[in-house]
Order: sequence, then C-alpha cells, then structure tokens
Amino acid sequence: MESTILKNTYEINAGEFQTAGDVSANIKRKLKQIGIGGTVLRRIAVASYEAELNLIIHSHGGKLTLEMTPSSIILTSADVGPGIPDLSKAMQEGYSTASEEARDLGFGAGMGLPNMKRNADGFSIESEVGKGTTIQMRFDVKDA
Amino acid sequence: MNDKRFHSVRLDKEKCKACTNCLRRCPTEAIRVRGGRAHIIDERCIDCGECIRVCEYHAKYAQTDPLASINRFKYKIALPAPSLYGQFKQLVSPSQVLEGLLRIGFDDVYEVAEGADIVTRAIRERMRNIDRDDYPIISSACPAIVRLIRVRFPDLIPHIIDVRQPMEVAAMVAKREFCKKHDVQPEDVGCFFITPCAAKMTAIRNPIGHETSAVDGAISMLEIYGLLSSQLKKIPVDTGLAKATSHGVGWANAGGEASAVCPEHSMSVDGIENVIRVLEEIENDKLPDLVFFEGSACTGGCVGGPLTFENNYIARGVVRDLMHGCDITHPDEKVDVSYLNKYHLLLDKSITANKAMRLDDDIVEAMRKIEQMEEITARLPGYDCGSCGSPTCKTFAEDIVRGFATEMDCIHILKEKLKVMAQQMVELAKTTRE
Ligand SMILES: Nc1ncnc2c1ncn2[C@@H]1O[C@H](COP(=O)(O)OP(=O)(O)OP(=O)(O)O)[C@@H](O)[C@H]1O
Ligand code: SF4
Ligand SMILES: [Mg+2]
Repeated sequence: MESTILKNTYEINAGEFQTAGDVSANIKRKLKQIGIGGTVLRRIAVASYEAELNLIIHSHGGKLTLEMTPSSIILTSADVGPGIPDLSKAMQEGYSTASEEARDLGFGAGMGLPNMKRNADGFSIESEVGKGTTIQMRFDVKDA
Repeated sequence: MNDKRFHSVRLDKEKCKACTNCLRRCPTEAIRVRGGRAHIIDERCIDCGECIRVCEYHAKYAQTDPLASINRFKYKIALPAPSLYGQFKQLVSPSQVLEGLLRIGFDDVYEVAEGADIVTRAIRERMRNIDRDDYPIISSACPAIVRLIRVRFPDLIPHIIDVRQPMEVAAMVAKREFCKKHDVQPEDVGCFFITPCAAKMTAIRNPIGHETSAVDGAISMLEIYGLLSSQLKKIPVDTGLAKATSHGVGWANAGGEASAVCPEHSMSVDGIENVIRVLEEIENDKLPDLVFFEGSACTGGCVGGPLTFENNYIARGVVRDLMHGCDITHPDEKVDVSYLNKYHLLLDKSITANKAMRLDDDIVEAMRKIEQMEEITARLPGYDCGSCGSPTCKTFAEDIVRGFATEMDCIHILKEKLKVMAQQMVELAKTTRE
C-alpha cells in the first residue's frame, strides 16, 4: 500500500440539499491546485458529486473521505444507514428509490451508482441493512 | 506590439486605503493587501474589472489610450463597440454616433457590430466542422472569460471557438478598405477601439490566440462620453453611416451573440460569478445538450462594462430599441463568403493553460502543500475577515505555504498568542515574587 500524503474527511448530513455539491466543489478545487486535470479531474468530479448526493438523499448521514497517494486519489463514502437491501438492483441504471422531494429537484434518474462505477478505475461497494453503506473508488493519476 | 506582462487593470497606490473591499470580489484571488496597500498578482489577473467596480476610492483603474494618442497616426479610424450605442438614451440610429466620432477627430469609422456580423458568419461556418463530442463551443468574445478559463478551467480551453473577436476583424477590414479607397499605406492608418472595458485593452496589447492585434489602441468610453454627447445634439437623425445588422448590434447585450450564432441549445450567462458557476457545470459534464456557450464577465453583457457610463439595464433597452431600426438580414446572407478567405479570421496560436493556481509543478510536492494548508486552516478562525490581507482564511493558508505570509499576520492568531504571553508574564511575575 502506498503512503497516504493527504487525508480529508467531510461530514455530510442527510437532507441538506441547500449545500449539495459544496463538498465535491471543494474536492475539485484541491485537485486543480495540485495540477490534476483532463479526464481524471472530470471523472473524480462526477463521482464525488454523485457520492455526495447519495449521502444527502438516501443516507442517514455519513462521511466522504478524500485520500491522495503519489499515484492515486481515493474517495470513500461511508454512512450510518439505512443500508441497501439489494446491491445488484441498486447498481442497475435507472433503478431509484428517490423520494418525491428529491425527484422534484431533478435527482432520482438511478444513474449515480452506475456513474461512480464507470468513472472510477477501481470500485467497491459494501452494504448492510441497518448498518450502512461503504463505497470506495480509486482514480489513477499520472504525473501531469 | 505584444507585451506579455501588460495588464490594463492597475492600482493607484496613492488612492488605495488598504480597505480590503476588493479582496473577496476578485474571481481569481489575485489581490492581496500588504504593507498598507493592495497588490495585484499579475499572473492571476484576468482584467475583468470587478475590483474597479467595487473600489470606493477609485484606486483601481483601467489603463487605456488617451484620445490625443490617435494623433500618432496620419489617418485615424474609430471602431465603436456596439455597447457605445447603448450609452445615449435619445439615440435614434447608430449612425448618429458614427457621425459624432467623425466630428471629434476621426477620419473614418467602422462599426465593431459589422465585425460581429462577419464573426457570426465565420463561427457558424466553423461550427459545421466541429465534432459533437467537442460541444459545447465556448465564445471567445469576452477576453476576461477567455483568461478566466485559462486560470480556473484549463480543461475547457479546447472548447473555445478559434475565431477572432469582432474588434480584431473590424480593424482588419477597416484598415484594408481605407487604404484601398484613399490609396494610403497601412502604417499611416491607426484603428482605435472605443472600449467598454479593461479586458479589451489588455487583449490588444497582449492578445491570446494570435501574436499581434490589428487594433492600434483603445479609448475608454468614459473618456469620450461627454464629447460625444454634446456632438450628438447637433447631428441629424439619420446620416446613413450605420451598416451593421441588428444581429451584430445585438452583441452589445448579453445573449446577442448566442442568438445570432446558435439560436438553439445555446446559453448566455452574464456576470463573472454566474459564469464561473455554469463553467463548473460544464466541466462536470452536467450540460450534455449544450451546443454554444456565451459568457460575459459583465452583468448585462458589454453594456455593463466597467468603462460604460449608462446603467446597464437602461443601456440594454436602448440597444434593443436601436436593433429594431437596423437591417434584419441574418449575417449568413449579408456577409459574403469571400470575407472568410480574404481575412485572417481564425486564431493561429494555441491557447495555453495558466498555471498560476497550481501549488507546485511536482504533483506529490503539491499534495504535501495541500496537507500543510489543511493543518494551518484548522488553526485559523475561519472568519474570512481579510485583515491578514488575503481574501479568505484558505487563501491565507495557501499564502503561508507559498512563503508569502506568516501565521502572525492573522490578527486573531496574534491576539491569542498575546493572551498566552500575557498569562505567562503574570505567572512569571507571581513566581519571581515568591
Ligand atoms: N448511501 C446510500 N444509502 C442507502 N441507499 C442508497 C445509497 N446510495 C444509493 N442508494 C440506493 O441505490 C439507489 C440507486 O442509487 P443511484 O445513485 O444509482 O440513483 P439515484 O440516487 O436514485 O438517482 P440519481 O443518482 O440518478 O439522482 C438509490 O435510489 C437508493 O435506493
Ligand atoms: S463582457 Fe464585454 S465589457 Fe465586460 S469584460 Fe467582457 S468584453 Fe469587456
Ligand atoms: Mg444518486
């Protein structure tokens, strides 16, 4: 395992739509400061935004963690519930249990998880009903 | 004349009160207050003019060419930006303004709105060869936005349309036609843009995407406003000088370019903070159906430029009314295709990213610096009060890591430190008494 140079954790509260996107914007700003650009930047931006929104929309609250190692960026989303009963279903494009409120705001296309998986170079998801969900995504960076 | 370091936006040291009002308004965090006055970080400044607007003491200003400088040339041509028309409430036709410019000392006039007609046609031709995957196409008309993209959205650089801006095209056409008509040498002819902003002045001295500008100088609208308005009273309503279409004139207002160039699936955003928000969305692939994006640094478009006189809402209305009186032929029909070959309308130098926001050339070193910044930020109060001279606590931490500031520049940290020291003194006094 390569050494972690930087680790930032962001708390994300359930239902806080007003500040949706702030955490991923913050992450993107940092990536630009270290000189990450191109498709990697876009892929991380898309994935972190989807992860942030899922925490707001579906979870009881959780944390998004950004880690940087010399060769990769690792994003981890970990929440305290409610957990996903059927992971394979949740991973399908178009599957969504988003509330009426979230749909009114334009979310709930059921594309978040598939997008995260597609954009990351490494993706794992674990979930237990009643406990919570943990998603880890790895993005490889080449020296820009 | 290409001066890589030229910036039109300047600071008048004498007038600066070190008030910090400009700090937070700068979209590229290019201002610091140190040693009792503001400093502009040249590499980051995009010449948008936000600081000029916000400074109560008029310490920030735009350096433009004085009107008298036109006398460097034997023959002088005025190139009025269409936003100039919006400055005069009683105007019936753009022709009056053109006549007015002749009366204040120019030998000829050529409307930048006509340049916009040509550019409209050129962009539309160019767009046919642009792959859908490369959408959205981003306008190159506002130089402050082009510079903003270089500094904050380098990944969007390839989206910028490689057609020159209307003032460049206007200068090329005006000069060539004048020389031909009067049988004179190009060196004897000077083309002067009547500018609503600092960004255009910078674009003339230090162009992006081409080596030199065809424009010889820029005169501020504010400087000639008084002269022109007193002339206008004496000018008959239609002198027949104006030739631009309503589409070209419409470029003065936000949305004018987008509706001329790409009426469907386009978006016009004005005000630099709004532009930044939408560019973020574009960068995150959130606007997949967008074909053309027009961004104006100024609210309302160029009519809201920092060197304009009239309120931008009023000016917008004036321009809209004037458009009704103009030729409504679309530039596709009006502009002959021969223009596209006869003139050098495309950019010929690639636009490069501006790395002024990067912490280090080495990615690992940059990561370490972010980590240090995080540690420092955690100790700062997070008030973003500006008293340290940096725009936010975060940028202050960045300045410390870059070596331009020390933690004691934060008065809140200093206060804490002093409190602790005072406490220690008291304790010391106590122990020594015993
Ligand atoms: N952190 C989570 N906790 C509990 N359930 C989740 C979580 N993340 C996703 N889900 C479940 O998985 C489903 C699919 O998620 P996904 O992000 O793909 O789509 P969505 O959020 O519903 O819609 P979109 O992301 O397109 O706005 C969600 O509707 C929800 O039922
Ligand atoms: S919107 Fe127009 S006036 Fe304002 S900075 Fe851009 S080009 Fe200049
Ligand atoms: Mg989702």
